[in-house]
Formats: sequence, C-alpha cells, structure tokens
Amino acid sequence: MKGISAVTAVDPGTDQEARGTKEAPRRLFGDRIGSVEVLAVVLVLLVLFRNPLADAISNPRLQTWTTVFVSVMVQAVPFLVFGVALSAVIAVYVPRSFWSKALPKHPALAVPVASGAGVILPGCECGAVPIAGSLIRRGVTPAAALAFLLAAPAINPIVLTATAVAFPNNPEMVVGRGVASLIVAMIMGWLWLRLGRAEWIRLPHRPDLDGVPRGQAFWAAVRHDIVHAGGFLVVGAMAAATINVVVPERWLQTLADNPVLSILALAVLAVLLSICSEADAFVAASLSQFSLTSRLVFLVVGPMVDLKLISMQAGVFGRRFAFRFAPTTFAVCVLIAVAVGAVLL
Amino acid sequence: MNRQAQAVVMLLFGGAVVKASVTDMYLRYVKEGLRPFLIAAGVLLIAAAVMTLFYDLRKPSDSHDHDHGDGKPHREPRVGWFLILPVLGLLLVAPPALGSYAAGQAGTALSGQQQMSDYPPLPEGDPARITVLDYASRAVFDKGTSIGDRRVQLTGFIAQGADGQPILARIILSCCAADGRPIKVGMSGDAPNGLAADTWVEVVGKYTDRTATDPVNDESIPFIEVESWRQIDPPKQQYE
Repeated sequence: MKGISAVTAVDPGTDQEARGTKEAPRRLFGDRIGSVEVLAVVLVLLVLFRNPLADAISNPRLQTWTTVFVSVMVQAVPFLVFGVALSAVIAVYVPRSFWSKALPKHPALAVPVASGAGVILPGCECGAVPIAGSLIRRGVTPAAALAFLLAAPAINPIVLTATAVAFPNNPEMVVGRGVASLIVAMIMGWLWLRLGRAEWIRLPHRPDLDGVPRGQAFWAAVRHDIVHAGGFLVVGAMAAATINVVVPERWLQTLADNPVLSILALAVLAVLLSICSEADAFVAASLSQFSLTSRLVFLVVGPMVDLKLISMQAGVFGRRFAFRFAPTTFAVCVLIAVAVGAVLL
Repeated sequence: MNRQAQAVVMLLFGGAVVKASVTDMYLRYVKEGLRPFLIAAGVLLIAAAVMTLFYDLRKPSDSHDHDHGDGKPHREPRVGWFLILPVLGLLLVAPPALGSYAAGQAGTALSGQQQMSDYPPLPEGDPARITVLDYASRAVFDKGTSIGDRRVQLTGFIAQGADGQPILARIILSCCAADGRPIKVGMSGDAPNGLAADTWVEVVGKYTDRTATDPVNDESIPFIEVESWRQIDPPKQQYE
C-alpha cells in the first residue's frame, strides 16, 4: 500500500525536511523560512501593533463588521469541530463495507435514503460539508452524499423546531420547509446521477489513512479538515459580515411589494447573509413585509446555498464542482420552494 | 503552512474559544446555551493541536520519507492561514456587542409573528421589571391593556431615533450576533437627554399610546412615558 509513505511524504516534520526541493511549490517566503517562523513573526507584529489596530477599527461600521465576523465564527466553531470529528470517525472507524450495507445498492434508491438520513444529524450546514466529503472518500456514491449534504442542515429536528417557534401562527411553514428541502435534496441527487461527472469533484489530498495507527489517523483527519474547512469558513464569514454591514435593510423594503422581485430578493439574501440554518427562521419571521412564499424560499435556499457554504464546498470538493453545483441547487431550490408554497401556503 | 504551524494556529484558536467561553466574553457574540459546546469545541481544537505536535515531533524516526508515486508534492492547505483572523478577533480586538450603530441600520424587530392572543399579567413589583421586547410587544399588539397603569422598568442602551431624539433600544438574538435585530422604544416625559449613544440606562415609566414609525421598515415604535431614569453599567448579557 502506498498509505504509509503518503502520510509521511505529505509533510515535512522538521525544518531540514522543509528545505528540501520537493517542497518548493508551497514556498512563499523563500527557502529558509518555514511557516512556523512566518506565523511567529505575524503574531509578534499583531501583538506589537495591537493599539493602532484597535484604533483603526474603532469606526462603528468596522466595529460592527468585526462583531458580526467574530460571532459567525464563534457560532460555527462547535458545529465545524464536531462535524469534523464525526467525519474523522467515519473516515477511520467505520469500515467501508458498512456503507454498502446501509445504503441501497442502486444509486437512485440510495439518494432518498441518504436525504432522509439527514434527519438524524442535528446541526447546521458547516458540519455537513466535511461529513459529505468523508462519505465520498469512503465509497458512498456522490449522489447520495450530496443529497445528505443538502438535506441534513434543513430537515433536522432542531431546525424544524426553531422554524415552528419562529412562525407560531403558520405551522404550514414547518411542513413546507421540510417537504421542499427534502424534494430539492433528492432532485439534486438524481440530477447528479444523470449529469454529474466524477472528475468535477476533486477532494483535497488528505493523508491516506489506511495502514496508519487508528489514533494517529483520526487526529490527522481532524487536523486536516479543521484547517481546510475552517479556513474556507473564515472566508465565508468575512463575506457574510460584509453583506450584513453594507446592505441596508431599507433596500429590501422597496422589493417586498412585487411578488416576483420579493422571491428573488429573499433567495439572493439567503445566499448573501449565510445565516446558520438554526437561526434563519427567526430572521425570516422578522422580514414580515415579505410574503410567506418568499420567506419559504429564504428558508429553503439558506441551508443549501450560501457564501460560506460555497466557499467551503469549493475547498472540500473543488472549484469546478462548487461553481456548477451551487447555481443549480439555487435554481432548483427557488423553483421547488415556490411550487410547495403555491400548494401549501 | 506545515503541520507544526497548523498545530499552533489550532492551539491559538482553541485557546481563544475557551478563553472567550469561560469568561463572559462569548455573550457578546452568541447565546448563553452555546457555552458548553464552545468549551468542548475549544478543548477538542487544543487536543488536535497537541496530538498533531505529538505525532509530528515523534515521527522523524520513521523512514518513509518519499513522494507518493505521482511525483507531485502534497500541498498543505494554504487557506488555513485565514484561521489567524478569528484568533486575532477574539484575543486582540475582542469587538463589543452590537450597539446603537447596528440598531440604526435595522428596523425594529417587532412583527406580527410575535403576536400573542393574550399576555400574562406583568410580574410582581413596583416598578415591574420587564424586557424591552416584552414592553414593546404589549404596547404594540396589546395596546397596553396588560400593562394598564402599572409602572415598568426597562433596561437598554441609548440610540438615535429618526427625529434625532434618543430612543431606548435593545438587540435581540436568536442564534448569534449575525442575526441580531433591534427592538426600539421611544421615550417621552422625563426622557434622558444628552447621553452619548450606547450609554446603558434603566428607565422607569408608564405606558403611553403614543407611537412612531421606524423609517427602516415601517413597523411601529411604541413609546414609554418616562418618570425617572438612571445610567448603569452595561449588563453582563447585553442581548435579550
């Protein structure tokens, strides 16, 4: 097996190794300085310039940006870390054969089963991305893993309860959200079976975990996914904070009156705001000037397509995948949510 | 970013999360209920950092140091550098809770959805201590019936109203500060004047049927007839 060699070749443990020529492509700062040294210098500079830095962001707008950015990160950290830990467990401790037994053989049947399995993962979307990546690595058909990725953050009991609390007078919103999200997840899974190409998904090289002691393999998977998915989460959180601060709520008011524009506006807003799926129902409830259907669209799109998800998907599955998958999911979400809204609301 | 640098970043991030959640700092960003999960996540981050360093420093003994066949060296994720930013945000900047600026940007969050058919009686005491959200919902949806002639005490911060007059505001959170929305209450009578925005006050007063309209979202902003007020320190839990 190439397993053991892959793990150790991946990464120079010491600085002597780091100076080796094979590391050349990731050198940003010349040959002699490793990333630990760069990190140390960056941190020292940050501490030294702490006060000028604090002054620079004392402007209320920047301060609000920082508060929103930090709070998106703080809110997402438990979900990210536990999602990563669960995906490492899947990668290391759950044998490959388990998935072939648990899921129906035929991929088209595996899709609805995987969508329904989303019910048991109580969490928001940040955790689902590494888990789906891990499932694909373990041989689960991508169609089923993607259906799970889309369904899990939208239809789990915590999110549906939050929706019921946020819309006490409209229980049909809970039904509409669950049904529409489930349908979208299954359609996307089946679409992938018809149109998807395996080469679009490029999982980042993770140290091959076979043949390594399990404890070491577990922590290697955790480290890799936290740094990787976490880094993309930061990018998404920055984008969400920017939108939160620069898009004034007044603009929305003018869009609320037109039925078509209001649906498109809330669909786009769901993508831009990137609110956790456990909280988005409360925000939707507060957008009371908008129709129920357009708010249902907001609730269906949000957990499936948003800036931080696109960023994380691009990191975990590759850009070619994310730039096809996200717009398609967005279109399917809007269509299905409007259709479900027309029937239920 | 090599493994050791990743371990250092994870250690700092985990440490920052633990530090924020054992102090009250996390309350500026998220709800109180998240605390145990934050501590657990922080500890797991620190454990991952320690284990990474442990395996990494122990490892050079093995001799499998060669490429894995395809000739391409593996690239550790460069995007990991971004993880320094939340560390910086939590440890060095530690931004304050949302305040008057955010309150001015968003419309008051009272909406028909929070409407109840009947409101329970006010809590005991004179004045009755209630939240800004409770007062505003009773005033707007119940037309003050359940408040009646009782004196109430509200705690909030000063923000600028549409007409330039100070208003009492409080941010409500459902999950984290990204979904924070303001509740606004106008003040008539002996209203605090000349206080800087974001000053925290305790206001005692009675219901009045005067209302204004929030220019941001056209929802109505109720008023309170202030009898007395005093300046206070910001509370531990700044959100409702």
